[in-house]
Amino acid sequence: MRRFFGNLTPSAWIGFVILVAIVAVAVFGPLLAPHPLDEPIGVPLTRPTEGAPFGTDFLGRDVLSRTLWGGRSVLGLAGIATVLAYAGGMAVGLAAGYSRSLLDPLLMRVSDVMLSFPALLFLLVLVTGAGSSKTVLVIGVALVQMPLVARIVRAATLEQSVRGFVEAAVARGERATAVVRREIVPNILGSVTADIGLRFTYSIILVASVNFLGLGLQPPDADWALIISENRAGLTLNPYVILVPAALIAMFTISVNVVGDAVARNLGISTARRRLVR
Amino acid sequence: MTKPVLLVRALRVELDSGLPIVEDLDLDLRGGEVVGIVGESGSGKTTMALALLGFTRRGVAIRSGTVEVEGSALTEGGERSVRSLRGRLVSYVAQDPGAALNPSLRVGDLVGDMLRAHDAGGKAEGKVMAALRGVNLPAEQEFLRRFPHQLSGGQQQRVAIATALVCGAKLVVLDEPTTGLDVVTQARILNEIQRLRSEQNVAIVYVSHDLAVVSSIADRVAVMYAGRIVEEGPTAELVARPRHPYTRGLLSSVPDPVRPRRIQSIPGVSVGVGDRPPGCAFAPRCLQRTEPRALMEAPPFEQIDTHHRVRCFEWHRTPSLEWEAPLITKSSAPGVDLLEVDSLTAGYGSRLAPLEAVRNVSFSVAPGECLAIVGESGSGKSTLARCIVGLHPQRAGRVLLEGAVLAPGAARRTREARRRIQIVFQNPNESLNPRHRVGNAIARPASILRKLSAQDADEEAARLLGMVRLSLGLRDRFPGELSGGERQRVAIARALSAKPDLIICDEITSALDVSVQAAVLELLSELRAELGLALVFITHDLGVVASIADRMLVLESGAIREQGGVAAVLSDPQDDYTRRLVAAAPRLMTSPALPHLSEVE
Repeated sequence: MRRFFGNLTPSAWIGFVILVAIVAVAVFGPLLAPHPLDEPIGVPLTRPTEGAPFGTDFLGRDVLSRTLWGGRSVLGLAGIATVLAYAGGMAVGLAAGYSRSLLDPLLMRVSDVMLSFPALLFLLVLVTGAGSSKTVLVIGVALVQMPLVARIVRAATLEQSVRGFVEAAVARGERATAVVRREIVPNILGSVTADIGLRFTYSIILVASVNFLGLGLQPPDADWALIISENRAGLTLNPYVILVPAALIAMFTISVNVVGDAVARNLGISTARRRLVR
Repeated sequence: MTKPVLLVRALRVELDSGLPIVEDLDLDLRGGEVVGIVGESGSGKTTMALALLGFTRRGVAIRSGTVEVEGSALTEGGERSVRSLRGRLVSYVAQDPGAALNPSLRVGDLVGDMLRAHDAGGKAEGKVMAALRGVNLPAEQEFLRRFPHQLSGGQQQRVAIATALVCGAKLVVLDEPTTGLDVVTQARILNEIQRLRSEQNVAIVYVSHDLAVVSSIADRVAVMYAGRIVEEGPTAELVARPRHPYTRGLLSSVPDPVRPRRIQSIPGVSVGVGDRPPGCAFAPRCLQRTEPRALMEAPPFEQIDTHHRVRCFEWHRTPSLEWEAPLITKSSAPGVDLLEVDSLTAGYGSRLAPLEAVRNVSFSVAPGECLAIVGESGSGKSTLARCIVGLHPQRAGRVLLEGAVLAPGAARRTREARRRIQIVFQNPNESLNPRHRVGNAIARPASILRKLSAQDADEEAARLLGMVRLSLGLRDRFPGELSGGERQRVAIARALSAKPDLIICDEITSALDVSVQAAVLELLSELRAELGLALVFITHDLGVVASIADRMLVLESGAIREQGGVAAVLSDPQDDYTRRLVAAAPRLMTSPALPHLSEVE
């Protein structure tokens, strides 16, 4: 862990604190919510009152409660999708970058074809064809991201695979899996994690977009993107119903990126930095 | 007495944190004079070179002292006024011309930009042409339109020098201008510099780590250690009778291609900027220090002769150099050849456009023998090394280990074959995985190739660390925390961990400082004697060849030009190409003497 979080800059610390806070809101929010997510408590779209600090939504439900409920799906679905995208992308990228055979062009051309589809179009076709379920949504988002991850992993792998220590491992007859696992993977983690924030952000946007279009989660589920979508007509009557979930999504994506960058920096320069400090 | 062109007084350059990089620097230089600044990495020589232009890198500042060129101070006045002096009065040629020349500008613009910056417009093209002619480059329209990547390394460096001289600078600071060029090109550039200083009467500061090169071009030499000049004097005097123990150590680290002698390294490692000790910075590595004085106070810069100054309390005790220190004689046991390479051909490129890097090369190595393979960059020597260890595909020919043909690829060789031949690469930063601890890196070949248990392999790693003279404490460090010399020792220990019969050393000392190189060469000689190892030592440095190898072969464009005993080949080269290499090889000179171009060409 020290390798990942050894030296954090002040901005990285702030990002880290915000990230932890928002994850806590998403995970524990439903336990703290004063009302169930689909219980009308007053006049629709009223501004904040004593009982409802962020007012009510277009059906008169408590915005605070729905926001507290709505984080799990955003973070959970985007998180799982990102992990799946990385699992697949790492496998494809490492295989393509290290093989030096026909496998490389084969895998990369397939990736290119996948990249040439507009992401949202791909998702909409998938959701329309396979039905709108959380599983389809997650797999779809992962598939959209996978070629991007694969390209970065492949480029980093190519760069490492010509270095002396990789050749030394090949010369002493290590198996390909051992070379990749011991010599290459630890050295590409830096450049790969630099990108993880961006990928996660993109996953959130994709999940939110599909939900916003009403093809992902279905009402009365609460979801930050869905809340924004449902209430967009009421922006002038009660702006909080849009602003609060929007701010949470924004803060979350920014903090993920700040922390991702900091971790990548630590992975990249940790040894050099430690030497200077010493 | 003419007024000095360059006058530096009490210059101190610091990091923002207040740590000094260069201190107490005094330097005078007259027109047409060449002073060589010699130092190893971390000695502050590049910082000093830049400070002569009143320039510092980010995070570094000139704290006190003055730099004057032709009476104009570069350490005073705003950035604006100093900038107008740079290029006009004093100019700089950086180490790597490939990196210093903007790849998107043409030669004409690269040189012309300097004129435009100093408002010397009008007739600009004529001046550019004259400057190019001045460094023996073709002054043609076609040449002006070329991009840097269309030039050879030597031409690039000439363009950089032409740029430095185009505005008529009185002082040129050359920072390692020939490092990275092959010896023949280096000899040509040195001749060029020599001619320019006498024709144009410019003063030249020549910064280098290579004492042999400096001694062949400089009138005076200043040796830097830990940010200070520790000795300065006329080249002949300083080389013949060094007074500072560090200078003496450096000189005895330099191998000589023509008079082979045993090289001796300096104990310890040179100090970085952060950990310079108080008192005499060299004291911890010095054999003649007086305690506690040298550890408490810094020695003054003492005038010991009209032109010779030294910063040492005990300079009169420094013993003179043993120029004739005998080589350890090595003998190779006759018998079956350990390694035989039989008409090997290998290359790059596709089947349609093949490029042959190695052509029909045959040689053999006896057990315990050291064979040097000498060649310039691009001669195919690294490809040859990679073929032997099975990292590069062969087009034709065979590699045999004790008479048994080896498969071309490492993966298809027997474990025993992989164990018996090991390779150490040029750059220790590249050859050690930055994520593996030193102990694990060394233990790995033992467990893979000798099938030792994890515990035995760890014990073996500890033993090998001792064998390459590293402390056991380094076992849990990462390579990034070691110095270059330490890393190369770890790489050697990793090769030894397989208990090989033969180690291929691919330019293993060329990324190291001379004194570190000397230590690594000493270590290899000792290991050979201890373990009966055979070595294939690949290098471009004839001095290194002379000090370590029994036999040598000279490679040019992938083909063997000459092979034979080291003494025979170096003293009486038969082939034209070998003769040129030997003539161009830099040697320690007691008076500036460059190889004649006629011999080099």
